[in-house]
Amino acid sequence: MSVSDPQAWNPADPRSRPNREQVLAGLRGTDAGGPELVQLLTPEGERVPDARFDGYAADIDAETLKSLYRDMVLVRRADREGNALQRQGQLGIWVPLLGQEAAQIGAGRALLPTDMVFPSYREHGVAWCRGIDPTDLLGIFRGTDHGSWDPLEKRFHLYTIVIGNQCLNATGYAMGQRFEGRVGNGTDATADAPDEATMCFFGDGATSQGDVHEGFVWAAAYDAPVVFYCQNNQWAISVPLERQTRVPLYERARGYGFPGVRVDGNDVIACLAVARWALEECRSGNGRDELELWKLKDPIERVRVNLVREHGVDQSFFDGVAAEADELAARLREFCLAMPDPAPDRMFTEVYAEASPQVEAQREEFLAYHASFATDGEA
Amino acid sequence: MAVLTMAKALNDGLRKAMEADPRVLVMGEDVGKLGGVFRITDGLQKDFGEERVLDTPLSESGIIGTAVGLAIRGFRPVCEIQFDGFVFPGYDQIVSQLAKVHFRSQGKVPMPVVVRIPFGGGIGAVEHHSESPESLFAHVAGLKVVACSNSNDAYWMIQQAISTDDPVIFFEPKRRYWEKAEVDVESTPSPLLRSRVLREGTDVTVATYGPSVRTCLDAAVAAETDGTSLEVVDLRTLSPLDLDPVFESVRRTGRLVVVSEAPPESSVTSEIAARVQQECFHSLEAPVLRVTGFDTPYPPSKCEDDYLPDLDRVLDAVDRSKAW
Repeated sequence: MSVSDPQAWNPADPRSRPNREQVLAGLRGTDAGGPELVQLLTPEGERVPDARFDGYAADIDAETLKSLYRDMVLVRRADREGNALQRQGQLGIWVPLLGQEAAQIGAGRALLPTDMVFPSYREHGVAWCRGIDPTDLLGIFRGTDHGSWDPLEKRFHLYTIVIGNQCLNATGYAMGQRFEGRVGNGTDATADAPDEATMCFFGDGATSQGDVHEGFVWAAAYDAPVVFYCQNNQWAISVPLERQTRVPLYERARGYGFPGVRVDGNDVIACLAVARWALEECRSGNGRDELELWKLKDPIERVRVNLVREHGVDQSFFDGVAAEADELAARLREFCLAMPDPAPDRMFTEVYAEASPQVEAQREEFLAYHASFATDGEA
Repeated sequence: MAVLTMAKALNDGLRKAMEADPRVLVMGEDVGKLGGVFRITDGLQKDFGEERVLDTPLSESGIIGTAVGLAIRGFRPVCEIQFDGFVFPGYDQIVSQLAKVHFRSQGKVPMPVVVRIPFGGGIGAVEHHSESPESLFAHVAGLKVVACSNSNDAYWMIQQAISTDDPVIFFEPKRRYWEKAEVDVESTPSPLLRSRVLREGTDVTVATYGPSVRTCLDAAVAAETDGTSLEVVDLRTLSPLDLDPVFESVRRTGRLVVVSEAPPESSVTSEIAARVQQECFHSLEAPVLRVTGFDTPYPPSKCEDDYLPDLDRVLDAVDRSKAW
């Protein structure tokens, strides 16, 4: 069955629309990537030229590639430890990033410290690049907090659990960057007032949410300097991509009036290069890009192969990274097991910026109730 | 002392807030060029520009969701929801983000956002234009919910809400927009989160807010001719409730009637009844009575005179309370 041609669709004639087999064939066709997929490092570890994006990867020498490899290995090891801690009952849940290391490290390393990030709840790799230690993620999944880092200092918003909400929050933040004149200053931009961009992360499942569409509409309407970074891992829990869309997701961007690019999400060099391009577009005032990161095969192995074959990196480097990863995992585990429960009245703190007499009264009543047991026990 | 409609008082208050703080933005559907369907934001875009008074896409979740992002960036957005019944596409962002970001971040990220909602019935409108959804917001931790009832409060409360570092859902009684009253722009206003005794009395306490305040004050005048003295409390803040003046009043009168246009089930009025029986149990001479809308969807407007609490229904409840 051939893939249908969207240009031939006639909205007035339902018979002209693609049938189910054509839709599936189209989606399976894109599963292989397709000619439009940006790839700078093949699954076999070969660095291939790309006229459009090579300029954004020109500085990636052996040392940089080694550090990208290291980041990917470490976040995968932290992720696997998080998974194990969940299985062992130490965490209530863990949201794995397995297989998305290249997409996240590529994007995370493309961001400048002055850019802003709005993650979903899976961006442990991007968090790593923003200087957030994996131990800082544990509280969310162990139930001791809802996020422990300072989002304004790290320029990495707290995890958003409601699917797609963050796309509007990111767009609003980016509107603020534009209203403050922090785009398009070029060489006039200073260290005190640099040009900025926002990057918003979400998955393929989120693309069915109204908030994601509204985020696209608003970003276009206000020329907000925001990169929508869709990590398409093909599944929304149990539901395959064809339940969310009839067209490749990156093509949707055109309908909102901004460019969409499909990138091999297992190619850390391509992710880094295209993310740099998109962020630079935003900072320069050409805002709003949608990137779709496509999941294919293992993202780390191809970097290892490339380092060995094209850069002559020897085994001691890989052994060193592996040892470092094990140390990180051990530290994560030790930290997790030693995490104290929050104080009983934690729930009453910071509900409001200006304290509510109602909540304060409930706190006092609650503490008195707790104290009554202590008194009984001692008596 | 100026005599202003509530609409003009709100407009002046918004203008003052925008002049005082360049981080204050106004955003909503038709708020710019048109000045809002009720003209509350009239002239603001002309004077402050399109980047401080935003004619937004028709997208309530977008209005609230981008306001959250703008607040993270340090702005103080004032959102207008065109009509009460249209807030629900934005309810997810209000409940899931706006109300929770401060708590989630343990105080690191304040959410100084005001959501203005014209509310209540009595204007002969079509469906979704006459609702009283305030209890749906009062129930949500992290939000502050207030309702103004007159021009002076409107002028001050909107400015106080904008300077609050917490999200405030600001209800405006749309059928009172064109009623005029004195606005004292020189005085020191009452704090935002305080209720106020508007009329002192000795026989029955009447607690109310928003559009029903005028109804209850009129009822108090009518009751006086029958020799009944009503004490009328304007609640002003619905979350947190400021009930000390109500408790103090009920301890003197022993009787309370609570008046609101909203459906009674699981509402602000039921919360007041619960708390008053807790705090004033030994002072009550009669059960707390309520005069409210009904537990129905808001009816077609030809029925709304029967749906809305009016002077006669308030006086009927007062009589029942006294006769208990």
